[in-house]
Amino acid sequence: MNWLTNYVRPKIRALVRKSDIPNHLWGRCPACEQMIFHRELEKHLYVCHHCDHHLRLDAKKRLEYLFDDGDFQTIELPPVTTDPLKFRDHKAYDSRLKEAQMRTKADEAIIVAHGKMGGMACVIGAFDFGFLGGSMGVAVGEAIVSAARLAVLQQASLIVIPASGGARMQEGILSLMQMPRTTIAIGGVKEAGLPYVVVLTNPTTGGVTASFAMLGDIAIAEPGAVIGFAGNRVIQETIREKLPEGFQRAEYLLDHGMVDMVVHRRDLRDTLVRVFALLRDPGPTADIVKLPQPELDIPPVGSDVKGKPDQA
Amino acid sequence: MQATLSAPIAIGLRVAPARAKLDFDMSTNNYLDFEKPIAELEAKIEELRGLSGNGEINIGAEIKRLENKVDRQLSQTYEKLTPWQKTQVARHRNRPHASHYVARLMEDFTPLAGDRSFAEDRAIISGLARFRGRAVMLLGHEKGFDTDERIAHNFGMASPEGYRKAVRLMKLADRFRLPVVTLVDTPGAYPGVGAEERGQAEAIARAIEACLDVSVPFVSAIIGEGGSGGAVALAVADRVIMLEHAIYSVISPEGCASILWRSAEHTQKAADALKLTAKDLTELGVIDAVIREPKGGAHRDPDKAIDEVGNAIDLALKELIGIPPGELRRQRQDKYLDMKGNALT
Repeated sequence: MNWLTNYVRPKIRALVRKSDIPNHLWGRCPACEQMIFHRELEKHLYVCHHCDHHLRLDAKKRLEYLFDDGDFQTIELPPVTTDPLKFRDHKAYDSRLKEAQMRTKADEAIIVAHGKMGGMACVIGAFDFGFLGGSMGVAVGEAIVSAARLAVLQQASLIVIPASGGARMQEGILSLMQMPRTTIAIGGVKEAGLPYVVVLTNPTTGGVTASFAMLGDIAIAEPGAVIGFAGNRVIQETIREKLPEGFQRAEYLLDHGMVDMVVHRRDLRDTLVRVFALLRDPGPTADIVKLPQPELDIPPVGSDVKGKPDQA
Repeated sequence: MQATLSAPIAIGLRVAPARAKLDFDMSTNNYLDFEKPIAELEAKIEELRGLSGNGEINIGAEIKRLENKVDRQLSQTYEKLTPWQKTQVARHRNRPHASHYVARLMEDFTPLAGDRSFAEDRAIISGLARFRGRAVMLLGHEKGFDTDERIAHNFGMASPEGYRKAVRLMKLADRFRLPVVTLVDTPGAYPGVGAEERGQAEAIARAIEACLDVSVPFVSAIIGEGGSGGAVALAVADRVIMLEHAIYSVISPEGCASILWRSAEHTQKAADALKLTAKDLTELGVIDAVIREPKGGAHRDPDKAIDEVGNAIDLALKELIGIPPGELRRQRQDKYLDMKGNALT
């Protein structure tokens, strides 16, 4: 270990690393490797128009795509203890955190915003995988608690969009405690009779999946998203066999009954609006339904039914 | 001398849990690597015992002297175990398991099995029992002792069915107003293809939800390894108590080392960094009480360790039993809502 391995190599690596979101005029789809014109990508909500691969989206873009006219207000998240364990591996967690903040220009791995969807009040908590793998520590837990409280306050629907590797291990047991914590928060929304919808994006794993992400009233997954509890490398090491094809992918979860639907990004907003409308506006109540008049032409019981063309 | 588990357990045994084999091979002491000086001293004592039949008078005194030395050595070693050493103690082969606690602490243990939709998961033992006069619902991870048992109990790594069974039984306890007592000792939830296909994550999430939802007293004791999501699924409780050398962590030191240090060599550093000991967790406000272990760890005097845990569970239940149900549930939720590292400031 010297400054070359510790400092120079990661810098070079960061410079040449293939980015999931192409930043220049042209980009390359990480799945089919076809070139895509940047403007084209933007037009298709960062879905490859060659192979339908859903590229990673940052939280801001997600919010723009979902709220009416891309109009929303983010809320400031309450300050919490950072680095409760004074955790240090090669590098202090504190400086990793600061680096992530500089790089993403965000405070944490989640943004909470409110606005309207199809004219209905809605609160969204969207994860940013680019921020320390979207991992959940105390601050992310706090954001979900705040989002849930805001939804109850505004009588709004709550959507959470995880993109997360799981618990943030640099916060140790306190990151694990965000599992019950977020579960309580979500419980508050459900108790208030408000819909809680989860949109599972690539990837949603670990402690995030094993808490609020799997507790949605409705669970929607983006095509191809990896969704699971254990990482597939860990599973592979345990079972020492080849994993089934498509294992832990959204479509696989759909087949196994773990999500309600897999929805293409271009249909996501419409689907959500429709779901909220159906859940929150059940339509006319029974008192205006007129009973049918008994003058319908119903053949008397026992009369001969004639002339079905297909019957011999 | 290292105590054997089989004999004292048999005395305490009232109703044996179904198929839990309690006498296991203790012929090997399973010394941990840092216990080498102790192992040497005890080997010497054994050797002298073999000689004592020859009528030499001062052998007895020598044995006594060595025993005192072992005693001192044990106190000194166990007084300042590092987090990684504690991890090894928490996973010690001879450490008492949930089924031992059930055998010694519970009367009329009546195992209840199955999640009613797929399977019975023996990684979690469960059932009705009477604990110091009080009927309770008991749930505990069981790792198993010999190879056959370990396979049957899947090394204490539960599948979705285990958590779904736990949810079913927590709800049952709630209906009949029985306190829930859980014994946590798991490396973590089982990482398998089937477990994933059947919704491991959802099952754990629902178990956490159920822990938070019941309005009966809920006491959780971490007796060995509190491994991540698999542990927390049974450990969201009004009172979480923990044995002195047990561990409770978001990830195993090995897992953490391989992810953050990219090498298993740094396991000790990871164990330090994760703050997974009972003392750390008290400071972080995550657990409510630490139970002292017998000298040299719970495996040296299992009966004593089990009884101490029993006393702590009893005390916790006595505190909780008078609290009105709605209030209890609210207090539990408030306690967890507050877990954001405030205890540190």
